Amino acid sequence: MKKDQARVVVTGLGATTPLGGDVASTWSALLAGQSGVRNLTEDWVDSVPVKFAALAAVDPTEVLPRPEARRLDRAEQFALVAAREAWAHAAIEKVDPERLGVVVGSGIGGITTILAAYDTFKEKGWQRLSPYTVPMLMPNGAAGWIGIEIGARAGVHATVSACATGAESIGYGIEMIRSGRADVVVAGGTEAAIHPLNIGSFAAMRAMSLRNDDPRRASRPWDKARDGFVLGEGSGVVVLESEEHALARGATIYAVAAGVGYSADAHHIAQPEPTGAGVMLAMRRALQDSGLTGGDIRHVNAHSTSTPAGDVVETIAIKEVIGDHPLVSGTKSMTGHLLGGAGGIESVFTILALHERTAPGTINIDELDEGVEVDIVRDAPRALPPGQIAAINNSFGFGGHDVAVAFTSV
Amino acid sequence: MALTEQEILAGIGKIINEITGVPASEVSPEKSFVEDLDIDSLSMVEIAVAAQDEFGVEIPDEQLKNLKTVKDVINFIQN
Repeated sequence: MKKDQARVVVTGLGATTPLGGDVASTWSALLAGQSGVRNLTEDWVDSVPVKFAALAAVDPTEVLPRPEARRLDRAEQFALVAAREAWAHAAIEKVDPERLGVVVGSGIGGITTILAAYDTFKEKGWQRLSPYTVPMLMPNGAAGWIGIEIGARAGVHATVSACATGAESIGYGIEMIRSGRADVVVAGGTEAAIHPLNIGSFAAMRAMSLRNDDPRRASRPWDKARDGFVLGEGSGVVVLESEEHALARGATIYAVAAGVGYSADAHHIAQPEPTGAGVMLAMRRALQDSGLTGGDIRHVNAHSTSTPAGDVVETIAIKEVIGDHPLVSGTKSMTGHLLGGAGGIESVFTILALHERTAPGTINIDELDEGVEVDIVRDAPRALPPGQIAAINNSFGFGGHDVAVAFTSV
Repeated sequence: MALTEQEILAGIGKIINEITGVPASEVSPEKSFVEDLDIDSLSMVEIAVAAQDEFGVEIPDEQLKNLKTVKDVINFIQN
């Protein structure tokens, strides 16, 4: 980090995930090693080869007022629930609106709205479309609604980088504060893509687990028998704040958002680059940007989606750039893969890991795959050491996006 | 069989409650959409779309802007 830049801290956390409707319930289920994966019971399940998904534990329509919920795509609903929790958690009583920003993106956007609206259009005509169809389907809709709610006028943005979206949003938020454009930024990712078209499309890529006889054991990062990712849904949002602003109001600081590293594979639209060069570059840049060394990093929340291609390469990159000493967790084993929401919830987990000195476990590893030479936290959580420590959240996305966000303990 | 004013009012109350959260009991004929019920132009379009489903009556845009009160909508649907 350059000396003249503002230091950025985390003062609020929010999440709604397959493990719980808020941060506390999600975190306790995560530490208990629970799976958020459920059998699908929808009438369309016979049309797709995958019969399970990690559905949100609490349906957002149960917590949002009906008039509000009907104007929001499900991805926007999740984001508003998570953002409201994070905002309440940060308890900011006063902030200059022109110094308050939002960066919340989605990998796919309002796809269930698009598909349902197209059915309405074909069956009943354009006159029957909701006037809110466009704000529901646009991928920046969640950011827009959050910005209106909190009165954010420093800039409202939505980064889009598939499964790296949430992490990229948080990185962008850190940079907004460092560049002097904002004092406070609400940042994260959201996704609501459990729809037969998405499942069919991901299955067409042969990217999804087909473990229909044992869904709760389907998401198994680094396990030799892993056969694909498990689709999840939900949102994770953090409140980033300049340290100066946070200290001035006596805020509780959960971690320092120390820096971010971005890179791109420039290799294949959907397959990870096999040497891990892009992943290494992102992590190196995160270290450099944070003023940290590999030795400082004691925990990595890995991207590790449970697909055969990516999991092992990531560990090779971690060993090369950081070393084999950090405790590495694959939390998608429990939450499933939230796509654009993944980097959001996994940054929340990384921050909590530092704050509570606990690295979550990775469930469903029966036999570690060959080539994994880092310290994977299997099954039960493990304690992180006392003192000043750091952690990295990795997120990668189709398109070849690599993002590593570094946090340090307070 | 034509609907009575009461039946239409009940239907409109239900629609407005669904769309805006205003209790159906507050939706009385003399209420103005903008001034009394705080309903904006996009919400009026939502109400018109829902009314079409509920009552089978299409409300063209050029008519919609003349419907200022709940009573105006009841009259439009009855006629």
